[in-house]
Amino acid sequence: MTITVVPKKPWAKSPGDRVRDIAFVLISIMSSYVVVAATPMKGKLAYAVVLFVTYALVTGIFSFITRGAPAAKDSVVKTLVAIGAVLTVVPIASILFTVIKNGLPGMHKGLITTDMSLAAPTDPIIIGGVLHAITGTITLVVLALIMSVPIGILTALYLTEIQGKFSGPIRFLVQAMSGVPSIVAGLFILSSILYPITKSYSALMGALALTILMIPTVARTSEEVLLLIPNDLREAGTALGGTQWRTVAMIVLPAARSGLMTAVILGIARIAGETAPLLLLTGGGDKVNLNPTSGPVGSLPYYIWKSFNAGSPEAITRAWNGLLVLMILVLILFVTARALSSRKISK
Amino acid sequence: MSDTALIPQPREISTEPRRSDKVFRGVVTGGGLTSLLILGLITLFLGYRGFEVLQEEGISFITSAEWSISTDDAGNVLESNFGLSAMLVGTILSSLVAVVIAVPISVFSALFLNFYAPGWLKRILVTIIDMMAAFPSILFGIWGFLVLMPSVEYWAKLINKYLGWIPLFEVEPYFFTRSPFVAGVVLAIMIIPIITSVSREIFAQAPLDRIQAAFALGATRWAMIKAVVIPHGRSGVIGGAMLGLGRAMGETVAVYTVLNIVFQINWHILLGAGGNVASLIILKFGEASDYEIKALMAAGLVLFLLTLVVNALANLIVKSTGKSGR
Repeated sequence: MTITVVPKKPWAKSPGDRVRDIAFVLISIMSSYVVVAATPMKGKLAYAVVLFVTYALVTGIFSFITRGAPAAKDSVVKTLVAIGAVLTVVPIASILFTVIKNGLPGMHKGLITTDMSLAAPTDPIIIGGVLHAITGTITLVVLALIMSVPIGILTALYLTEIQGKFSGPIRFLVQAMSGVPSIVAGLFILSSILYPITKSYSALMGALALTILMIPTVARTSEEVLLLIPNDLREAGTALGGTQWRTVAMIVLPAARSGLMTAVILGIARIAGETAPLLLLTGGGDKVNLNPTSGPVGSLPYYIWKSFNAGSPEAITRAWNGLLVLMILVLILFVTARALSSRKISK
Repeated sequence: MSDTALIPQPREISTEPRRSDKVFRGVVTGGGLTSLLILGLITLFLGYRGFEVLQEEGISFITSAEWSISTDDAGNVLESNFGLSAMLVGTILSSLVAVVIAVPISVFSALFLNFYAPGWLKRILVTIIDMMAAFPSILFGIWGFLVLMPSVEYWAKLINKYLGWIPLFEVEPYFFTRSPFVAGVVLAIMIIPIITSVSREIFAQAPLDRIQAAFALGATRWAMIKAVVIPHGRSGVIGGAMLGLGRAMGETVAVYTVLNIVFQINWHILLGAGGNVASLIILKFGEASDYEIKALMAAGLVLFLLTLVVNALANLIVKSTGKSGR
């Protein structure tokens, strides 16, 4: 007969401990009801505050009795820290919930096959759709991609492969650039290109502004990815007689492929919902416009903005619906980036 | 066979890169320098376009609060007054409110993620918080206006009721809608993910041997955090907060949606009147004349330089923490 030795886990919670923890929670919930009923305080805020205060008090007093003052402080801090995490997550839960709740009723079959050329934002949502906005956003994003990805990856290559004397300043400038307000990027394109040269709204103008916002995201993420490529690969390339150019192009970049994809997707997620520069530069047409160099072009953020500012209940429904479409887009991009980055450079 | 044929000529060794490498290095360096080029061009063009207005207004562009322009029928400018002070005060006020609210919450949740949460919960929360950082600002703006604002107004009334004797919380006349406080709360929610992830990374760099030493000496978790993690991460958190401040200052759409823009300096955060340089640009851009556009360019330049300085300071602080392993 074999005896399996089960290791003792003195740190694990016993059933008694679990019962006690649950009891503490129950006591705080009950007392929050009692306090709210007994005092003039009212509302969700009062419940939440009293609940946390009593929970901190109850656990704190218990720790003080059983293990003394330091343990009491520790348990109060534990409650505080947990509140911090809850307060971080509550807004996002609320955002997701309200967008889905208010956006779903606007979903209908014609939404992605019609545009707004024959409908006003204040019409019932069954008339018209977001086709022009989706094609516009895709045009903007593709143009911005074509311009920003090469620049972003070249910047990252300069920082990791060449490490020249400008590395420090460039790293600093890229970080400074990531803080450029989107409206300033819009004003810059307006003052440098739209007014003096083209003098008309177009998708290209919007895409140029988005490029400025996207470069830092792509550059910083790519730099992190390229730093993870083991130096052995670069040395192996050089040892085989490759020039630096061949080593980077044939070995380093292919090895970092999925990580670089992540960088690009995070960049797209950064700009997909950018609104302010598009308000200045694209003109926001209601028709599908596939010509990137001329004519006003719609986009999802512009569509949401326009509907929201129209103000009537139908228009607000339209705005929520547009937000839902935009959020789904950003979520898909984000999940793809996560999935790619989780297996980045596994070998 | 002569001896000379057996001994090959020594190959000439040189560290001179080949032509392909020279081209490669040139292209990559050029790509790397674009960020410098773009930032330089932004300053140059906004300055060039706004120069006329900046020259006309002089120092009063920063100090005066009035923003008005009158033109005759032909579109000639008769009189113009452009002053940013109300907008600058409003920008600083609402972003400070945001930072004051966001920093404690972010630091607590970063501590929770690093030292309290079990592994599975940490992974989920980190994903959610990163995702929140990727949400577009228009989403925060509309959600803030339609969902959050009623609750925040209620909180503002509570603060006014109990703390109204502090000049900062005075409300006169009694008008709470679309105040800098509301904008600050929405901005706080937008910058919490940024400050949280910066603080989390800084806290994760706290030296493990000292953490273990603290535990070995019998410290509770809080005592360990107080003795090791906070001294190590303090300046990093300050840098993260300034990054958030920079983001909050430059925010346009979310603030425009929830803030009542008034051209009057207002230091009372709960009163429904405020300003924001970025929102001013969106507000005035639609019907602006050529001359007013120039003023808006100058306003953009001021905003750009302001955020650039804040961000540069923030990055310096964060970077210097990374190296000094206390």
